[in-house]
Amino acid sequence: MSAYNQNFVPPAAGTANGNQGISLVNGLPGAVPHHQQQSPPAAAAPASAQQYLQQKAQQQQQQFQQPPAQPYPGISSNSSLPPPPLQFNSNIANKFLPPSSTSANNGGPPPSTLPQHLRPPTANGPTSLTNGSNGAPSANSSRTASPGLIGAPQLGGLPAMPQNPQYAHGAPLPAAVPQQSQSVASLTSNMHQMNLNRTNGPSANTAPPPQQLPPQQQQLPLANPMAGSFMGSKPPNLNPSASRVIGGPPTVGGVQPAPVPAAGQRIMYGGAPGSNEQQSQNQQNNNLQRAAPPPGAGAAWPPSLPKAAVPGIPPPMQTQQPQAQSAPFAPQQPQNAAQSAPFAPPQQYQYGQAYQQPLHQPPLPQQQQQQQQHQPPPPTGMFGAQPSSTPLQYQSQPPPPSMQSQGQHPYAQPQPTSGPPQLGAPVPLNVAQQGFSRLWGQDTIDLMQNRHILSPATLPAPKVVLHNQFHESINCSPSIMRCTVTKIPETNSLLQKSRLPLGIVIHPFRDVNNLPVIQCINIVRCRLCRTYINPFVYFVDSKMWKCNLCYRVNELPEDFQFDPATKTYGDVTRRPEVRSSTIEFIAPSEYMLRPPQPAMYLFLFDVSIIAQQSGYLEAACSVLNRHLDEMPGDARTQVGFICYDSFVHFYSMAEGLNQPHEMTLLDIDDPFLPRPDSLLVNLKECKELVRDLLKLLPKRFAHTHDPGSALGAALQVAFKLMQSSGGRITVFQACLPNKGPGALEPREDPNNRSAKDVAHLNPATDFYKRFALECSGYQIACDLFLMNQQYSDMATISGISKHSGGCVHHFPLYQKTKQHMVDSFRMCFKRYLTRKIGFEAVMRIRCTRGLQVHTFHGNFFVRSTDLLSLPNVNPDAGYGMQISYEESLTDVKTICFQAALLYTNSEGERRIRVHTVCLPVTSSLPEVMHSADTEAIIGLLSKMAVDRSIASNLSDARDAFINATIDVFNAFKIAQNLPSGQSGQLIAPRSLALMPLYILGLLKHPAFRVGTSTRLDDRVYAMDCMKTLPLDQLMKFVYPELYKIDGLIYHARNSNASTTEEDDEEDPLPELPRLQLSAEHLDSRSIFLMDCGQLIMLYVGLNVPPDVLEAVLGISSTAELGDYVYGLPHIVSAEYDILQRFLLRLNYDKPYSALVQIIRDTSTAKGQFIERLTDDRSESSLSYYEFLQHIRAQVK
Amino acid sequence: MFLPETAIFCITLLVYGAILLLLIYYVLTLADLECDYLNAQECCRRLNFWVIPKFGSHALLCGLLLLGGHWIMFLLNLPMVLWLFYELHRQRRDSLGVYDPVDIHSRGLLKVHLRNCMIYLGYYFVMFFVGLYCLISSLIKGDPIKRYEDDEIITDF
Repeated sequence: MSAYNQNFVPPAAGTANGNQGISLVNGLPGAVPHHQQQSPPAAAAPASAQQYLQQKAQQQQQQFQQPPAQPYPGISSNSSLPPPPLQFNSNIANKFLPPSSTSANNGGPPPSTLPQHLRPPTANGPTSLTNGSNGAPSANSSRTASPGLIGAPQLGGLPAMPQNPQYAHGAPLPAAVPQQSQSVASLTSNMHQMNLNRTNGPSANTAPPPQQLPPQQQQLPLANPMAGSFMGSKPPNLNPSASRVIGGPPTVGGVQPAPVPAAGQRIMYGGAPGSNEQQSQNQQNNNLQRAAPPPGAGAAWPPSLPKAAVPGIPPPMQTQQPQAQSAPFAPQQPQNAAQSAPFAPPQQYQYGQAYQQPLHQPPLPQQQQQQQQHQPPPPTGMFGAQPSSTPLQYQSQPPPPSMQSQGQHPYAQPQPTSGPPQLGAPVPLNVAQQGFSRLWGQDTIDLMQNRHILSPATLPAPKVVLHNQFHESINCSPSIMRCTVTKIPETNSLLQKSRLPLGIVIHPFRDVNNLPVIQCINIVRCRLCRTYINPFVYFVDSKMWKCNLCYRVNELPEDFQFDPATKTYGDVTRRPEVRSSTIEFIAPSEYMLRPPQPAMYLFLFDVSIIAQQSGYLEAACSVLNRHLDEMPGDARTQVGFICYDSFVHFYSMAEGLNQPHEMTLLDIDDPFLPRPDSLLVNLKECKELVRDLLKLLPKRFAHTHDPGSALGAALQVAFKLMQSSGGRITVFQACLPNKGPGALEPREDPNNRSAKDVAHLNPATDFYKRFALECSGYQIACDLFLMNQQYSDMATISGISKHSGGCVHHFPLYQKTKQHMVDSFRMCFKRYLTRKIGFEAVMRIRCTRGLQVHTFHGNFFVRSTDLLSLPNVNPDAGYGMQISYEESLTDVKTICFQAALLYTNSEGERRIRVHTVCLPVTSSLPEVMHSADTEAIIGLLSKMAVDRSIASNLSDARDAFINATIDVFNAFKIAQNLPSGQSGQLIAPRSLALMPLYILGLLKHPAFRVGTSTRLDDRVYAMDCMKTLPLDQLMKFVYPELYKIDGLIYHARNSNASTTEEDDEEDPLPELPRLQLSAEHLDSRSIFLMDCGQLIMLYVGLNVPPDVLEAVLGISSTAELGDYVYGLPHIVSAEYDILQRFLLRLNYDKPYSALVQIIRDTSTAKGQFIERLTDDRSESSLSYYEFLQHIRAQVK
Repeated sequence: MFLPETAIFCITLLVYGAILLLLIYYVLTLADLECDYLNAQECCRRLNFWVIPKFGSHALLCGLLLLGGHWIMFLLNLPMVLWLFYELHRQRRDSLGVYDPVDIHSRGLLKVHLRNCMIYLGYYFVMFFVGLYCLISSLIKGDPIKRYEDDEIITDF
């Protein structure tokens, strides 16, 4: 009855990414699989190394042994079975959670360990630490983002205590240590709150003056073990210590803490005893990191830093600077990679390294391989100490820790003796800081320097950080509902300053497993705003709750005290409504205006001559025939069929008939129903007749020569047929409707397909829109399958779906002779028939007082201000909403969005699915910028751009994309107080680092591109997809995923040799890194896989070794591949098997599995592949780097 | 001059009054929609029904004033007629009228419509009194010499 939904409980412990799913599956701790795998393949590699891999094997071994990344349960049972369509089990669902979630919980700040009264109003963990440990009286003061003000009196009160008493002056102050560690904690947290983009602890290493070196080194060993453990995917180790230190009794805070900015800084500037006050002032400047000057560099610190640096006192940034062009320090930093801009602000390096490392992980293309060869060998023990090849978020940024490990390993021994045990506390905090700033996405990145931006560190959805950890754990899954920012700006003006669009993208009817379903007599809702009770409400006492949307205090009904799961009374927090933010209620009769409707399906087939030539009817009828029983519905399910050419043909399947009767309506201008009954028949009772009809239909019209297509008339009679009950009308249209009402004329000029200005994006007539609105009123939805040979005015016809909550599928140039199109259509249509469906649905979006939904995107009709009328709702439909401010949110800490979807399921049950997402409110501009969710922003921007191109024109929309990007980066520059006019840089927060990449992908997308020949229908369909695809599919649509599958093959060969038979099934897939869509990643010896959503392309290089070809494709040379090859052959080999599993995993989230196309390097189909490499320059568009330069030139 | 001045201004006043009443009806209907007492389709159907009569009557009035040679009144009315004309003709081909039930909620147009209605109300209110003034002054002009016995009206010029 109330199975608790595990989907939304973030993974318990351990690692920070998909590994964790595996580790849960295997029941092993996160790190174990990795270690398990590390050694055997290493031994086995030489044995199984194939020719082309041999040379790489030595280098790549480590990288191939990456731990399994994505859990895929289907594999463990039977790898050859296709996945159950969109059934997520909880482990799978976990993978949708942003990896940072777990790490935030584990390695992150321990806000929730604080007692309730210490929790700050903001969601910022460390802030609470500040208050807690300092005993600062005002909890609110921490929200003002001026932690220096908190710290200042304390600092001022101190006698001139040196920054680093223990080390710099060799005078240990044991008594001060606990306070120091606390102050470190507090300052650390302060810094994070200030959104400093800091270089972190390790930067201290090179900073101190030469004479300080010995003490510094003495200190370093302390950092190392903890660093190792932190980086070694054991954040829980850190957690207790950190929380112990930080969460110490507030009484200790009475003692003046040492004026230390952070442990890192303390070490760094240990020799500057006089810089104490200066530093505290600098803290007030919110510029701690840059402002903390080395003694020599004093006033001219930030700009003149590198110049001021004396050889003996290297600027701290150089520690993190990649690739030692600063020669003296090269030996210390062998790991660092090739770009270096000595004058760039320090914060970017950290990140530069961060994403670079993952790029070296995959089996390298040759040039990369060489690059790696140039690098000094990694220090011994580096990979052993930390599985840096795992794509953990913080592990993917190994250089700072690796530097530590290099520099400090020699000193690891003296660690137990070198200092008092308490000293260990502040030092790990250095490392923790690094982790924190990364975990919170507070680091920045210079996009100009770092073209290879796509990395595990930038991909996952940002995590919502609430002040209540319990709430975090149950927040709505980002795959269902996502906001464009994870911290809501406090006021509209703050939002305008950030230049980010505010909105949510939502996938409300997504197939989820373990959905808690509740049946109760009265559903608890707020009496004022009708909000459903949710996990984020406030319980005043056991009888009252306070609505989190309108703040009204409501009474709890008696029966809410009863927990149906445990059958106990008294604890309201155990109720499933309060424990899960996605929940489904079985609605009582108050939620019905009429008895729940039965499932009603009406199919309209275009049988004009063009339709017959395409031959879709055969495929459609056979799929329909095969899956007739699997269509959702109960015993009342009714079906009907109408065909139309110049006339409308009805099929009566009355009882007693032994074959269907056809009736033809000739008067299409004034259509009427030929008989009142038997046109829609009960599926169960008349199944044989229906099957007969489906067999007869393709033959019946096989020899028709009627060029007319009276879609309008057919729709009108269909409406009359369905009027009484509502249901679903499925329209198959193959040509332009040219007869009767709603007749259209061809508008597209084929010679003008690549013109700058695209005309006719708008509907030509209001007939279809009017019809859809009428349908919507009677709970009828129209779905459209357009299988056109020529221009069919998708823009106009799709109106029937757009306004009635239907969906549109497009199969351009459909021909029954093209087997891949037929297959693709059959898969799509099968999914369409068998997927879940909700009838007579309405969806309401509620938001916290002060916000309101401003604009809706998707297929529906907006019935009142926040009510969407969805005659049908399907699991593949996504929606977007733009949010605007009604009043400012200054006095609230969190805001919530609640989406409630009321629908009738196919069994005639009325249900309400409720999703609630809770987000913190912030008043700081940098925080807003850092909390941006690029994918959601792209999702929303693309929807807005579609609106713009329809309302205005396409070039406006394209300009809007570019302007939006420029504005955001401008805003960030202002927010960060970056100096203007610094050439050569484009500083972006990590959260927005991918935005230019995606925007460029959008600009080159068929929906928005100009200069490339694009059929109008294709463009309109692409735009329609932008509006209606759920976000995960939209991102693949906009920016396909490119993988190099050599890693899979290598893995297959290695694991075959090393693992036993029974292990093989469980053998997890290696994590392949995503490549950016640029031809520079392609090489002729490898096979590449591009996942574009509904199409997966395998690009086979010219010189792929024959044994690989044999094993994967069953051919001996690429010459055997045709130009257009679809589908993988069936081959028995480990490589093929693992590729299949990889494809299964890629297909897992999709509505139906994608079509595989194999493209030879020299085939004519190569253009399809090349056209999707959006990072590259084409004749009419910029390359990624040029685009960045353009943006940079515009950013003031 | 096919119509006396006073008749023209009488018609002007009547038209203004009718449009004012219509606008009040608009505001009420839109407010109903905002409060969810009315569904969008019904509301837009009602409102769209009156869009053409409103524009037509105002355009006719404008023509009448032009023919009557009341240049100032004509120029005062012209912007509104042009605006209404623009509003009618900027619609896309699939639009269901000036008040489109599809867009009225989803683009935040309801607020825009309400605001526009208030502006129209203000405009017509002012124009109503301008018309009234014109009517009275024309009445007075139609009786220029104070030869009647109503002393209290004709006092001193």
